[in-house]
Amino acid sequence: MTGLFSEVFLSALLFGAVTAAIPLLLAGLGEQMSEKAGVLNIGIEGMMLAGAYLGFVGAFYSGSLWLGFLTGAAGGVAVALIMALLCVRIGLNQIVIGIALTLGLEGLTALLHHFQFSRSYPRLPAADATVIPLLSDIPVVGPAFFKHHLIVYLAVALVFGMGYLYRRTQLGLNLQAAGDKPAALDVAGIDVIRTRTIAVLTTGALAGLGGAFLANVGAGLFIPFITNGAGFLGIVLAMLARGRPVWVLFGALLFGVCLSLTTAMQVAGINIPTDVIQMLPFLAVMIMLVLFGRRASLPAALGIPYERGAR
Amino acid sequence: MSGSSSSSVAGRDIVALEGVTKRFPGIVANDSVDLSIRPGEVHVLLGENGAGKSTLIGMLSGLQQPDEGRILVDGKPTPITSPRHALALGIGTVFQHMMLVPTLTVAENLLLGGPWWQRPRTEELEARVAEITRSLGITVKLHAKVSELSLGEQQQVEILRAMVRNSRLLILDESTSMLTPKGIDELGALMRRLVEQGLAIVFITHKLKEAAAFGDRISVLKLGRKVGEIPPERFRALGEQAIISEIVELMFGKQKDDPEAVERPVRTVRAEAAPLLQVADLAVAPTDNAPGLSSISFDIRPGEILGIAGIDGNGQKQLAEALAGQRAATSGSVRLEGIAIEALSVGERRRRGLRYLTDDRLGEGTVGTFPVSINFFLKQVGAAPFWRHGVEQRGEIDERAAQLVREYDVRTPSLKTPVARLSGGNIQKVLLARELAEGAKVVIFNKPTYGLDLANTLASRQRIRDTAARGLAVLLISTDLEELLSMCDRVAVIANGAIVGTVENTDDARTRIGRLMIGLAA
Repeated sequence: MTGLFSEVFLSALLFGAVTAAIPLLLAGLGEQMSEKAGVLNIGIEGMMLAGAYLGFVGAFYSGSLWLGFLTGAAGGVAVALIMALLCVRIGLNQIVIGIALTLGLEGLTALLHHFQFSRSYPRLPAADATVIPLLSDIPVVGPAFFKHHLIVYLAVALVFGMGYLYRRTQLGLNLQAAGDKPAALDVAGIDVIRTRTIAVLTTGALAGLGGAFLANVGAGLFIPFITNGAGFLGIVLAMLARGRPVWVLFGALLFGVCLSLTTAMQVAGINIPTDVIQMLPFLAVMIMLVLFGRRASLPAALGIPYERGAR
Repeated sequence: MSGSSSSSVAGRDIVALEGVTKRFPGIVANDSVDLSIRPGEVHVLLGENGAGKSTLIGMLSGLQQPDEGRILVDGKPTPITSPRHALALGIGTVFQHMMLVPTLTVAENLLLGGPWWQRPRTEELEARVAEITRSLGITVKLHAKVSELSLGEQQQVEILRAMVRNSRLLILDESTSMLTPKGIDELGALMRRLVEQGLAIVFITHKLKEAAAFGDRISVLKLGRKVGEIPPERFRALGEQAIISEIVELMFGKQKDDPEAVERPVRTVRAEAAPLLQVADLAVAPTDNAPGLSSISFDIRPGEILGIAGIDGNGQKQLAEALAGQRAATSGSVRLEGIAIEALSVGERRRRGLRYLTDDRLGEGTVGTFPVSINFFLKQVGAAPFWRHGVEQRGEIDERAAQLVREYDVRTPSLKTPVARLSGGNIQKVLLARELAEGAKVVIFNKPTYGLDLANTLASRQRIRDTAARGLAVLLISTDLEELLSMCDRVAVIANGAIVGTVENTDDARTRIGRLMIGLAA
C-alpha cells in the first residue's frame, strides 16, 4: 500500500492520466463540433477505430509516428465522409447510421488486422517525448505533464484554438446557427448542408487522430476493439461540456485519471478484483451524468436533418 | 395614411411575377398569379390561411421554385435559385417564424452569412447599424442575446438585417401576428419611413384594417388565385371604409359559376323546442400559444345548425375543445339537455351525447398506423362488446366496422388498411361514422371540409345537414363563409376569442357577417 502514495507512483499515475485523456479529448472536441452544427455523431467510435487501425498501419510501415497520425486522421475522415453523405446530405437517421458505422468499423478493422498480422501484435517503438525545459523539473507534476509527445501539447493547444473558433470567427457563428436554427443560417445565405459537412469531416479528422494516438502512443500496438468505448466517452464529454471546449479538457482529464487509476491500482497490487477496478471509468461517467447531465444543454436542431422549406 | 410620396419614385417594377403557378401534392398553392412590386410602395398581400401567401413568399425568397410562369427582377426574367441568390438580388425577407438564432447576440445574428474565413467585422457592422437606426428612429441592443428580446424587438432586428444587407425589397410575412397593438402601429410607421427612403415592401397579412391603414396597393389572394387588386390611385381616392368594403367584397364575395353554391333548403326549426346545448358566459384563459375565450354565449335547438364564422385563429379551436372538455374553462356554464356538463370529463360528455369532430384529423382524430377498423372504436377502447376482459374482440369489431364502411361509404382497400393511407375525405368519413354513431345529441364540427376535394366537401356537408335533420343540434365552425351561408340557420361571429354578434341567415347575412368579422358593428 505504501507504493500508492510515493512520488514516483503519483507522477506515473498522472502521466498515464494525460496519455489516456488525449484520445478522449480529441474525440470530445470532435463530437462537440458535430453537435454544435446539429449532427449527433454516434459513428465517432467507428471513426476512432478507423483512425487507430490506419494510424497504426501508417506508423508501422513508415516508421514515422507523424505519418501515422496523418493516416489515422485520414481514416477518420473517410468514415466521416460516409456519415456526411448519408446523414447530412441525404438526411438519413443519424443514430441508426452512427451505430451502423461503429459496428461496421469494429468488424472491418478486426478483419483487416487479422489478414495483415494474423494473430501477432507487433509493437511500435516508444514515442519520443518532448521534454519541456524547467517545467519538467518540478517534482511529481514535471514528469507527469511535461514529458509527453509533442502531439499532446498540440492537442491541448487545440482546446484554446477551438474556443477561439467558436467565439471569435465567422465559421464559429455559422456552426452554432446550423445547430440551433439552421433555417436562419439558410436564409442568411449560408449553405447549411455544407456547414454541417465541414463539421462532420472535422470530427472525423479529430476522432481519427485520437484513435491513432490511442494505438501508437497510448498502447504502441493495434488490437481489435482497441478504442473500447473511448468514442462514446467523447460523446458524453461533448454533451456535458455545454459547447465549451475547455470543459471537454477537464472532463477528459477526469476520465483519464480514472482510466489510469485502473492500471495503477492493478500494478500496485491492491487486493480488489480487477473487474471492479476496470469498472471505475464507467462508474465515473455515471456519476458525472447524474451530477451534471441534467444541465447538459444541446442545440435545438440536434439530430434533425435539415431540409429547406420543410416546416 | 396611404403614402403620398410614392408617385415620385414609383414607376418601374423591382420585381414582377407573371403567371406564377406552384403545385404541391394534392393542391395548387398558387394559380397563375401576377404581381408587380414597385419602389416606394407598400404592396399588401391579403388573404386567409391557405390562400397561398406563404408559398408566394417562398418563391420570392428563393426557398421554392415556381412550376410555371416567371419572376422578373428589374424587368429581366430571373429564376431565384436560393436564399443567397435572393439576398444578392436585394430581396430581404422577414419570415412569419423568427429566423434568428436565439443563442447568439443581435450583432452575431446580423453577422451571419459573411464569408467563413473572415473574422466577423463587428466595428463595421456597428457603424452601419448606427447609421440605419438613426435614419429609421429605432434603437437596437446589439449585444443582447436574441432569446432575451421581445418579439417586437426581434422583428426590428430582422428588418434591420435586411437593411444592413442593402435590400431593395423587404418582404414582411404576417409580421403583425405576434405583435401588441402598439407594436403594430410602430411597425406601420417604420414601414412608411422605409418606403419613403425608396424601398419596396411586400406586406402580408390577413387583417383588413392593417391592409387599409398601411398599404399603398393591395392584392387579394383567395385559394391560390389573385382575385383582385386595388392600385395606389384608387387606394388614395377611396376612404378607409370604402377600401375595407371593397376588400370584403373581393375576399368574401360570391364568385360566379361557383360549383359549391347550393340553394339553402328551408328548414323549420321549432322555436318552442327546448335548446339541446346552452352555453353561457364561457371563458378560457389564454395560453402561450393560443388566445383565450371570453363571454361566449349561445343556444342550439334540436335540428338547428349554428355556424361560427371568423378569421382562423380567433379562438375557434379553443371553443370546440372547451365544449368537448379537452380544455379547461375558467368560468361559465355548458348545459346539455338542461344538465350542467362543464365539470364532466371528456369521456363522460361523449357518453351523454356531445360529439366533437376535430379539424386535426390525423393528429388528434385518428391513429394513422392503426387499421381503419380500430379507428372506428378509438373512443370506446376497452368497452364491450368490442373488448371483453381487456381482450380485443376481432369479430365484433370487424362486423361493425364493415357495416360503418358501407353506411358512410368509406373508400378503403380493406378494414385492415392503416387509416393514414386513406385520402383526407375518407379519413373524415371514418371520423363522421365514429362521432355520429349511436347516442349523439349535439355535434361540434370544426372545419369539417378543410382540405377536402369538392366531392368529399359536398358529401360531408350533406352528412351534416342530415345530422341536423335527424333532430340533433349542430355547431359548425368554419372559416369558409360560403359553407356557413349555405348550411346554417344562424351564424355567430368570433373575433379575439369572443362572440361579437349573431346573425340570422337571411339575405343580407353575408355583408353583416363580413362587417362583424373585421370588427365593425353588423
